[in-house]
Amino acid sequence: MNILKTYKIYINGQFPRTESGRTYVVNDAEGNPIANVCQSSKKDIRNAVQAARKAFGSWSERSAFNRGQILYRIAEMLEGRKAQFLEELTQQGQSLETAKDEIQLCIDRIVYYAGWCDKYQQILSSVNPVNSSHFNFSMAEPTGVVGILAEQSTGLIGFVSQLMPVIAGGNSVVLIASEQLPLCAITFAEVLETSDLPAGVVNILTGSADEMLPTLAEHMDVNALFLSNVDAEMEKNTQLSAIDNLKRVIVKNDDWTKEDAQGISYISSFQEIKTTWHPIEQIGGATSSY
Amino acid sequence: MTESNNNWEYAPSLEGTSHIQLKEKYDLFIDGKWVKPSNNRYFDTINPSNEEKLAEIAWASDADVDLAVKAARKAYVEVWSKMKASERAKYIFRIARLMQEHARELAVIETLDGGKPIRESRDIDVPLACNHFFYYAGWADKLQDAFPNRMIQSLGVAGQIIPWNFPLLMAAWKIAPALAAGNTVVLKPAETTSLTALKLAEIIEQSGLPAGVVNIITGHGDTGAAIVNHPDIDKIAFTGSTAVGKLIQKSVIVTAKRVSLELGGKSANIILEDAPIDQAVEGIVNGIFFNQGHVCCAGSRLYVQESIAEEVVRKLKQRMQSLYVGNPLDKNTDVGAINSKEQLSTIEKYINIGINEGADMFQVECEIPSKGFYCRPTIFTNVAQSSVISQEEIFGPVLTIQTFRTIDEVIQKANNSPYGLAAGVWTDKGSRIFNLTSKLRAGVIWANTYNKFDPASPFGGYKESGFGREGGLHGLEAYLK
Repeated sequence: MNILKTYKIYINGQFPRTESGRTYVVNDAEGNPIANVCQSSKKDIRNAVQAARKAFGSWSERSAFNRGQILYRIAEMLEGRKAQFLEELTQQGQSLETAKDEIQLCIDRIVYYAGWCDKYQQILSSVNPVNSSHFNFSMAEPTGVVGILAEQSTGLIGFVSQLMPVIAGGNSVVLIASEQLPLCAITFAEVLETSDLPAGVVNILTGSADEMLPTLAEHMDVNALFLSNVDAEMEKNTQLSAIDNLKRVIVKNDDWTKEDAQGISYISSFQEIKTTWHPIEQIGGATSSY
Repeated sequence: MTESNNNWEYAPSLEGTSHIQLKEKYDLFIDGKWVKPSNNRYFDTINPSNEEKLAEIAWASDADVDLAVKAARKAYVEVWSKMKASERAKYIFRIARLMQEHARELAVIETLDGGKPIRESRDIDVPLACNHFFYYAGWADKLQDAFPNRMIQSLGVAGQIIPWNFPLLMAAWKIAPALAAGNTVVLKPAETTSLTALKLAEIIEQSGLPAGVVNIITGHGDTGAAIVNHPDIDKIAFTGSTAVGKLIQKSVIVTAKRVSLELGGKSANIILEDAPIDQAVEGIVNGIFFNQGHVCCAGSRLYVQESIAEEVVRKLKQRMQSLYVGNPLDKNTDVGAINSKEQLSTIEKYINIGINEGADMFQVECEIPSKGFYCRPTIFTNVAQSSVISQEEIFGPVLTIQTFRTIDEVIQKANNSPYGLAAGVWTDKGSRIFNLTSKLRAGVIWANTYNKFDPASPFGGYKESGFGREGGLHGLEAYLK
């Protein structure tokens, strides 16, 4: 007899059950139950935001090189656990062939963003030739705590494509997994947990988007939201809830299984530009050509 | 040193006004022509330094806004989007030159209409506005170089709404990048400060810019709302209060309009114990009393390290006593008139709140003119982090002062604000500057200086101070697909 695995949620580097005590059953393509999954609550969202805020400072201050190393480590760990993801994707209705492709694309995409960690800054920054004696430069800084509503139609590639550029850029994340295809998200949390990613940088909750998204969108300590392929009504309501603290709301309607659904713009959407002015001393008569 | 040498009086040195030409009545600048408002409504614009009427300004209705948007759309489709980029550049260069030629007139009108000291209009606002056009002109035919690997495209018609604190400069910040990127414009200045924008319209008329590329329409909040809600506008750019910014955001949510918002602030100015104190005091004064404190990035929250707090506050008070408050046209004046009666009562409301909250107030002892709107430079000490006056934007010459012991403490206090527009850091130690500048959550950081602006320097906020940047290469982004 098979043991039904209970998938728990991922907050602050730990795997608690939802504080609400609720679960829902995920079925395979034939309608047979394959797992119990947490039906997370608003309280879980708040706990996750708190963890993400706490983790943000030190994650954003990690060196870009170090973040790149950790992202690459995530790809390595995923590589090592391919079999489990393959099983979950096929259990949830995918053919072996497309599941294999999806996992491979995920690994490639994580490696792709691992490489971006210490490069996007040079592309987004500028040294500004101001008309006064100042050294003036602008550079990108992470927006802060980012709420992600995972692409609902895929089990793995969607949320991985959303998550990686956001953490590559030094943000911390609260992610609501696909309601119907949540298994890989929690297994992915196990990958993250073993990849040297600091606790709280990524928090993953399962359950109803309708129930949790409004709480995330209204939360005053969330700085940005990332939605993928949501209907017009949900987009509008989320945008409205986001106004109170002027969250940046990014909506992408990509087909994440396409190889080109990636790029620096997914990183720069969750960056703020900071300009710094510093005086240059002007004394003495010497010029640089003496 | 004696506490004050207030007995020294400068002889008045008034900037002349004979060279300026103001019409009695200003119509709307739509499609290259001066058009009467459809319902024939006008309102007065006054000089806030003496409450005298300067001119009558047209009050654009929804129908006028529609006319302006139609003109802008037509100009976009038929002329501006088809024009060779290098030709577009030349028009913008030409506007910059004409502004330079009119610099003195623009500066005086800016001071008359808005109340800011002539020294500031003449040396800061007007040159920066000219330079902004000059800077962006050169981008017009280099856009693809600015964004390699991306197919860039203009947006269409931009609706732009600007505030009253830097009227001409904000018009330049809005119009120049929009035109360079290939968009056409409907711009509305604030109702208390329409004149320099209308002068700019005359300059644009002179420049021969094709009709409808820039339309300048005047009016109150309802005119702005008509722009925001017009269905044929592709982009809204707004500078103003966070409250209005949120309303705008709400109205455009269900539309395809793009938005950039440059909103309020409550910026921290941080003085560390190793700072050059006399320079820092100048920086504090410039941070909060520049333009009567009507500056979104004003250094309105001062944090002084405990060990030097007494000295800094003493020197600050002494320095404040030498500030000249009065006629903005006088070249000696440091602090001019408050922009409007309404703003003066807002500031006075906050000063009373500060007193009632139990903070200690100090105001410059000086004569202020009996007519016009004036506020004495004001500082509050013994202010709690949670107090209203240290949390909310006052937009006037009012400074709150708090102390701190450690760098961690001040970073936490400085970042403890819904705003994130700017910050200042004063210290002699380079590594400490970069520790602080990288940890402060704000879009512009001044190290050992304050309130510096430049067309090449991107400006804009984090958090509730808005999104999008103005100035520099990053400023083009707001006007391109």
